[in-house]
Amino acid sequence: MEFLRPPSLHEALEAKAAHPEAVPISGGTDLMVEINFDRGRPETVLDLSRVPELAEWERENGHVRVGAGVTYERIIAELGEALPGLAMASRTVGSPQIRNRGTVGGNLGTSSPAGDGLPPLYASEAEVELSSTGGTRRVPVSEFVTGPKRNALRPDELISAFRMPRATGPQQYAKVGTRNAMVIAVCSFGLALCPERGRVEACIGSAGPTPIRTPEAERFVEGVMEEGGLWETRGPIGDAALRRFGEMVQAAARPIDDVRGTAAYRVHAIGVLARRSLGWAWDEYRRGGE
Amino acid sequence: MRLSCVVNGEEREAENVWEGESLLYVLRERLGLPGSKNACLQGECGSCSVYMDGVIVCSCLVLAGQAEGREIVTVEGLAGEGGLHPVQEAFLETGGVQCGFCTPGFVVATHDLLSRNPGPSDAEIREALAGNLCRCTGYEKILDAVRLAARRMSP
Repeated sequence: MEFLRPPSLHEALEAKAAHPEAVPISGGTDLMVEINFDRGRPETVLDLSRVPELAEWERENGHVRVGAGVTYERIIAELGEALPGLAMASRTVGSPQIRNRGTVGGNLGTSSPAGDGLPPLYASEAEVELSSTGGTRRVPVSEFVTGPKRNALRPDELISAFRMPRATGPQQYAKVGTRNAMVIAVCSFGLALCPERGRVEACIGSAGPTPIRTPEAERFVEGVMEEGGLWETRGPIGDAALRRFGEMVQAAARPIDDVRGTAAYRVHAIGVLARRSLGWAWDEYRRGGE
Repeated sequence: MRLSCVVNGEEREAENVWEGESLLYVLRERLGLPGSKNACLQGECGSCSVYMDGVIVCSCLVLAGQAEGREIVTVEGLAGEGGLHPVQEAFLETGGVQCGFCTPGFVVATHDLLSRNPGPSDAEIREALAGNLCRCTGYEKILDAVRLAARRMSP
């Protein structure tokens, strides 16, 4: 096994160009499990944990650009206000030890439909920044992830960052698992309210081949809010509309039976998560008006 | 490859390290520090918890070369010259140690918690120790140990 340890992004991209077979490692929370169990032995490993550019985040006119190597712990500590949905999702990842190492860049690279960082990125229509020695391109996250554990990364590219809008309203992330820590989602749900645009944005996790947006459910509940003037009055949504939202989210799910749960359970649970998440986010919006 | 890092305050070097080894393997098999335990090899159990550059990590998930030049503190590095660390004393006194296999990981995680938060609530203790598994104690004695250590360490 060859171990490459570039000290800068420039050198990392050159290393990836010279060794397109190299497997990137940052926190190691996915890749090391493969190596420890000898399920895969990469010919070349490219260590990105010393690349300072990947560990930075910055504000960019109403957006936040987050380096692929920023850990979940730092997202919780530093970005809770700008990206509350992603910070909530980060809190559900693994354990303190895992959150100190794991990164959203790794979640993107693995492209598992169960990745906790992905529903908030999908809901807010994040862009993934892919870099090579030839330059940088930005791809919407929903086009970046092409299937279960498959993505649009080219062999000479590295995921350098993701970019998403700062929250303009309440956000939620909810997840079902057998316990509160160290759980891969049975199913999950991310939701963002954008009061200034009258928008509700949502995404299902771990109940389909990729994370799944829920446009019909989103347009339905936006219609309820517009009709009732609820964005202005901050009045209650009503139980019937919350339930209908949950049912429409259920209709968008495309789960399978697997070791973590059955498809039928996932459909049931995702409806509950969607209804509750919208209720919680809306309650927060209503309190914000007091 | 050769690996150099600071372990428990001392410059250490390991020769002939295979590139695919974990930091845990290096600590146990090459540097003679068997305190960190090898159990799940996938980050589930926390028995291999160590500090790397001041934050706790599962050393089984750190690729050896990633530790080059870093500062590692293992459970062996917590006791002072005067004897055990108050966290270690508290685990012994409350019965937080039974078979002892998970103990080094719990001690490191508790040490980390109390250094960040000297007076944790029970919910905060549970959250901080959520990445450590114990199959003997049922956790109650471990919670007692953390509360006792917190009381003793508070000024």
